[in-house]
Amino acid sequence: MHLATYLGLLEDSEKQLTRAFEHVADKHRDEPDIEQICQKFSAWSRNHHGQILGFVEKYSEEKEDEPDKLKRDLFARNRSGALALLRDLHDLWLLTQQVQLCWTVIRQAALGLRDEELKACATYCAARTKRQTDWLLGRVKQAAPQTLLVAE
Amino acid sequence: MPETRDSITDIWGPRTGFDGQEQWPTRIDEHTTEAPDHWVQSACVLCSNGCGVDIGVKDGRIVGVRGRAVDSVNHGRLGPKGLHGWVANNSPDRLTKPLIRRNGQLEEATWEEAMSLIVQKSKDLIAKHTSSSIGFYTSGQLFLEEYYALAIVGKAGLGTPHMDGNTRLCTATAAAALKASFGSDGQPGSYADLDSTEAILHVGHNIASQQTVLWMRILDRLAGPNPPKLVVIDPRRTYTAERATVHLAPRVGTNIPVMNGLLHLIIEAGHLNHAYIEAHTLGFEELKATVAKWTPDRVERLTGVPADKLRAAADILGTCKTLVSTVLQGVYQSMQATASAVQVNNLHLLRGLLGHDGSGIYQMNGQPTAQNTRECGADGDLPGFRNWGNETHIQELADLWNVHPDQIPHWAPPTHAMQIWRYCETGSIKMLWISGTNPLVSLPDLARARKILAKEDLFVVVQDAFLTETTKYADVVLPAAIWGEKTGCFTNVGRTVHISHRAVNPPGEARSDFDIFVDYSRRMGFRDQHGAPLLTSTWQTTEDAFNAWRECTRGRPCDYTGMSYAKLSEGSGIQWPCNEEFPDGKKHLYEDGVFATATDYCETYGEDLETGAPRSKEEYQAINPDGRAFLHGVDYEPPHEEPDEQYSLWLTTGRVVFHFHTRTKTGRSKALQDAAPDSFVQLAAEDAARYGISEGDMVEVTSRRGRVLEPARVGGIEPGMVFIPFHYGYWDQADRPRAANELTLTEWDPVSKQPHYKYAAVQLRKVHA
Repeated sequence: MHLATYLGLLEDSEKQLTRAFEHVADKHRDEPDIEQICQKFSAWSRNHHGQILGFVEKYSEEKEDEPDKLKRDLFARNRSGALALLRDLHDLWLLTQQVQLCWTVIRQAALGLRDEELKACATYCAARTKRQTDWLLGRVKQAAPQTLLVAE
Repeated sequence: MPETRDSITDIWGPRTGFDGQEQWPTRIDEHTTEAPDHWVQSACVLCSNGCGVDIGVKDGRIVGVRGRAVDSVNHGRLGPKGLHGWVANNSPDRLTKPLIRRNGQLEEATWEEAMSLIVQKSKDLIAKHTSSSIGFYTSGQLFLEEYYALAIVGKAGLGTPHMDGNTRLCTATAAAALKASFGSDGQPGSYADLDSTEAILHVGHNIASQQTVLWMRILDRLAGPNPPKLVVIDPRRTYTAERATVHLAPRVGTNIPVMNGLLHLIIEAGHLNHAYIEAHTLGFEELKATVAKWTPDRVERLTGVPADKLRAAADILGTCKTLVSTVLQGVYQSMQATASAVQVNNLHLLRGLLGHDGSGIYQMNGQPTAQNTRECGADGDLPGFRNWGNETHIQELADLWNVHPDQIPHWAPPTHAMQIWRYCETGSIKMLWISGTNPLVSLPDLARARKILAKEDLFVVVQDAFLTETTKYADVVLPAAIWGEKTGCFTNVGRTVHISHRAVNPPGEARSDFDIFVDYSRRMGFRDQHGAPLLTSTWQTTEDAFNAWRECTRGRPCDYTGMSYAKLSEGSGIQWPCNEEFPDGKKHLYEDGVFATATDYCETYGEDLETGAPRSKEEYQAINPDGRAFLHGVDYEPPHEEPDEQYSLWLTTGRVVFHFHTRTKTGRSKALQDAAPDSFVQLAAEDAARYGISEGDMVEVTSRRGRVLEPARVGGIEPGMVFIPFHYGYWDQADRPRAANELTLTEWDPVSKQPHYKYAAVQLRKVHA
């Protein structure tokens, strides 16, 4: 059974997403909407992460080593200029996709296990992850033409 | 020289009490300095009320005003600003010639030179950086025809997404809240609902100071038989709050807990119209679950509103058979603005109090023509309340203007004002054209705003009637004709359209905003897709533009097709929709409980009220609202800046009754200026004692953004909070920092994008002379 392994992957992904939102909020403080919404989303992901920990413990006996190769190297440190914001939002979007897919996989397992608590948790967190994705997509769409065509 | 009443010492004048069985009695208010040789039909532009007014003219000069008795809005009355503000038209310091910056100085120039320079700059920028390097920041003060011209110039001529107005600072949340609940902008009720209503709710709206004439109507109800009960939610003890049956004074930033608490009590008591909820709304169970957490005790702990007062208010709001609610800046410029404003819509939906006599909601406007900025698409909306996400709506605009649909930017919502300023700051907008507004007093965080306008690589055009704090940073200043000097129409917050005729000539070479935008359209050589001049370039008069606008509104909620200049001039105000079906306009929207939420009709597919993320068409279709209204429940989020050890008090900002905006007009009326000559900081007696401050002492108020010096005014406010009016800047007095917005925050509501002026953390210090 690989459930624990995947929970580990999700746990790690939510942790990364928490940090990434925090990082972007901090880095783009001059963009007030980015700073505030990314702080909010960081808090959401931290909350999701906390919720997962209970299940990681519950299913820990079967846990195998975390697959390192699934870790991503996003948010290149030296990004700057007008493109940096768009690229950072782009990477956040990718990370939310990673998290979203993990929740889908976990929810499928929860259904098979008849684990109502895990199912409820996955449903709740997946819905909020989608709201993170939706916001990022809207903001990327807004920023794209100005960044690619006008900004120097 | 008749002055029928002294509106400075007695703001609202004598009472003419009445009740719902009668019409509001007429009282004609007049102030003229000489006997006019003729009167010209108009409406007042010194708040959003839209009072019908006649302009008195003698020898080609404005000599006064009088209220129009026949007008449904004001029944002849005028407030202090209306009675005295017209004096500014005759001010000797009006701008009369274009100015161009040469060697660092603004120097007089010809129109030919000024417009050629703007056109050359535009063409150069488009060639190098695309038209997305050009932005427009307009106003809630121009006329409908001017906004529609500007919208076409921007969206079809240039094709830039960057156009918004100062309406973003004052009424963006009104539009956002109406769209979120009902699918489209548009106030559901009429002022006449106040004549018979059983109860009135004012949330964050000091109506007594903001719309003095509408307040007179309420005062007259209070003075008649069967007066309505009045619930006021405002942290300050305002003139409005003084007359309340129940006044709730919540802490700054806690509108959501108070509103959720009220809704919870009303749901718990079963004061619901179940049939209406079932037939005409979506989302009741979610709303119920969200507000259920807000028990009166919990509300009291967080907001400071005593539980028994909350219950008393819920009892009035839950049992009245008719209700008129109004909402303004205390909600719109505070935390969770759209989410809070929507709770007032929820209240009416839960009780089915909409679409009939005596009930209505006013998501208020602040400015006289803000409604038109929104309707015409001179802000972050598209003309005729069209939906930027709906390809058919874009095609309709393309057909009206005969351009390819992709010429009209619709890849994302039109850029909101604060983002436009941010693009200027980061350098990707390189030309900003400001019309009819003074952002260097009205924007938040003024130090930042000044730095932006001072940027070398930003070409700034300012179109105004006077030199202002903002024109100081302009590269070109265009002298504008104002109200009374040009003909055009505008729409008040109650959907009532007035025509305002030209009464006198503009001073010197000043031109109307309409003439300037049309001239720009012609000089730029904008073409339609068949190579003919673009629509705006073909207009000779504002009536041409009005007739084109009518076509743009056909079949939309704001339908003007039944109106004409002739018809508007015969009567005194017509409400939209006005068309073949409703030739005299319509008193109530949504009488049948069918809202503007059908997928092909709605102005928006909606947004996540917590994050502002836009909803896709597919998701909207899946919900299939099909005419039902949305009930949105949202939970509380604390403000982003709260008092701490270093900055230990809340600052909130607002208006005084005698001034409008940045006082460019009212500050030039001696009567109004003498009535409120200077800014001040208002603080509670407890805080005054703590800081050793007495009435009149000069006080330094500091925030993380800046500092101001203000004379103290003690009392009338809760401890822990201070208030500074936002009107005062530097054009007439520059001896000390005094603009409230030196202190405010650069941040905004995620949905309406309206900045948060109503809270900031500040510190006080008495300054020894």
